[in-house]
Amino acid sequence: MAVGRKKISCPPYAEGTALSERDISERRVTIFEDHPNLVYSWTAGQAMSRFLNELKNGKLIATKCEKCGRIIFPPRIYCELCYKPIDGWVYVKDTGTVQTFSISYIDPDARPLEKPVIVAVIAVDGASPNMGIMHILGEVEPEKVYIGMRVKAVWKPENEREGAITDIKYWKPWRDEND
Amino acid sequence: MPAIVGVGYSGFNANTPDLSWKEIMYEAAVRAYEDAGIDPRKDVDSFITCAEDFYEGFAIFDEFVPDQLGAVLKPTCTVCADFLYGLATAYMQIESGLAEIAVVEAHSKASDIKTFGEVIRHAMDPIWLKGVTNAHPYYLAALEMSYYMNKYCITQEAIAEVVVKNKRNALLNDSAPYGAKLTVEYALKSPFVFYPMRKIEIAERADGAIVFVVASDEMARKITDSPVWIKGVGWWSETSNYDIMSFEARYAYKSAKMAYRMAGIENPSKEIDIAEIDDRFAFKEIQHIVALQLAGKYDVCDLMSEGYFARNGSLPVNVSGGNLGVGNLLEATGGQKALEIVIQLRGEAGRRQVDCEIGVAQAWRYIPTASGAVAVFGV
Repeated sequence: MAVGRKKISCPPYAEGTALSERDISERRVTIFEDHPNLVYSWTAGQAMSRFLNELKNGKLIATKCEKCGRIIFPPRIYCELCYKPIDGWVYVKDTGTVQTFSISYIDPDARPLEKPVIVAVIAVDGASPNMGIMHILGEVEPEKVYIGMRVKAVWKPENEREGAITDIKYWKPWRDEND
Repeated sequence: MPAIVGVGYSGFNANTPDLSWKEIMYEAAVRAYEDAGIDPRKDVDSFITCAEDFYEGFAIFDEFVPDQLGAVLKPTCTVCADFLYGLATAYMQIESGLAEIAVVEAHSKASDIKTFGEVIRHAMDPIWLKGVTNAHPYYLAALEMSYYMNKYCITQEAIAEVVVKNKRNALLNDSAPYGAKLTVEYALKSPFVFYPMRKIEIAERADGAIVFVVASDEMARKITDSPVWIKGVGWWSETSNYDIMSFEARYAYKSAKMAYRMAGIENPSKEIDIAEIDDRFAFKEIQHIVALQLAGKYDVCDLMSEGYFARNGSLPVNVSGGNLGVGNLLEATGGQKALEIVIQLRGEAGRRQVDCEIGVAQAWRYIPTASGAVAVFGV
């Protein structure tokens, strides 16, 4: 506390008086609550429309830039490094390699999750290095996950796909026949 | 003095079902860089975008900016305000020596917003104002209109004239989706949806993006033969409280004063050749004309009826069609105003060309605000 140069210090785990659920529900604390009704419907555009529609087919699609040679995934209609329009579309595989992962135990309200969620960034086979997807892993115990693990997408049944990133249920450990 | 050396835009359309907001930004940016003859990956020192997260529909909008502007791994920031605030930011960055070339962007993807009235309501003080009523918040503009009309004897006819003039101007602007040839009698038959405001006086929303390339004095002279100088910028805020607001667009008066002082303009009504001003509600054009000192508050109605502000009048206002003709472009509103002034000053306005050397662009931050910005341009 620099203000006024007072010698006030705060212990790392200060114990105050915690607010209880009742303090809030019985309005012992003066608050005003609001639940705004904000609804959006984003146009997916040229690149993402194709990407989402290909998800329905159980396929992952990327774009390519012939100047820098990159396979850009997820696709966009411009190469952001060369700053030029892309030169075409190309399918990439639904397999890849875990680049980083986290095991998440609590939900956004800080409540414990019934089952931990393993979030991972996956470099997708066929896309340029450092291009891929952030998704979740399944069919694997948290302690078995490692950076460099090979994984494959597990898709929803075709009649349940809706053109959303959740058309992939999760990615599971996978061994390439050639590995 | 910094100058505009390149402009590009995408739109303006009532809806844009084929392109995402990132893709309309890309389209506008590519055109601006081509217009300026620059490569954004090499030549630009700073990128400034103008956006309000609740209009976008997601938080921390500035994170989503670099790719489509050619700004990856470059200095980039977002101003949470209208395009003209972004232009003022570019002006300061250039004048301070931080940048020689800066890019300013703003866009509207209003068609992505499904509950526009609720987004506007969400800008009201949550404790003090928002909960009062669930009515569509356009009444906020009508409150101001009611006060202003009564105080200065503004006639309904004069407000109808604004609608007729701007929608007709829009017919000569291929980028204006809301052009129409109407009569004052027709406009006066439009129903009162927020008394004393009629439905036809409210600008419909539109999509579009605007990108400017701004350069320092020295750089501008190097890269173009036709720079449009930014002679002055200004911005000002009054209060968010509807109980103490002046309802006389003090924000426009004060921000214009700031910009005029920089530009050395002492008598705006004589020295300004063309004005593009915020008319997202028709009465606002009249209120803003007065606030910008382009006409006296007791003369403005007569002048409007006489055609003084028409395309071929003495002081053309909203030759582009204004927001009533082009649409409500949210934070890109000031961008469209500035764009029209730049095109006019360059002599590239085609069928709607006006003879001009000094122009002023003004934008308000829309309901529920009493804030706004002004820029003065010259050749």
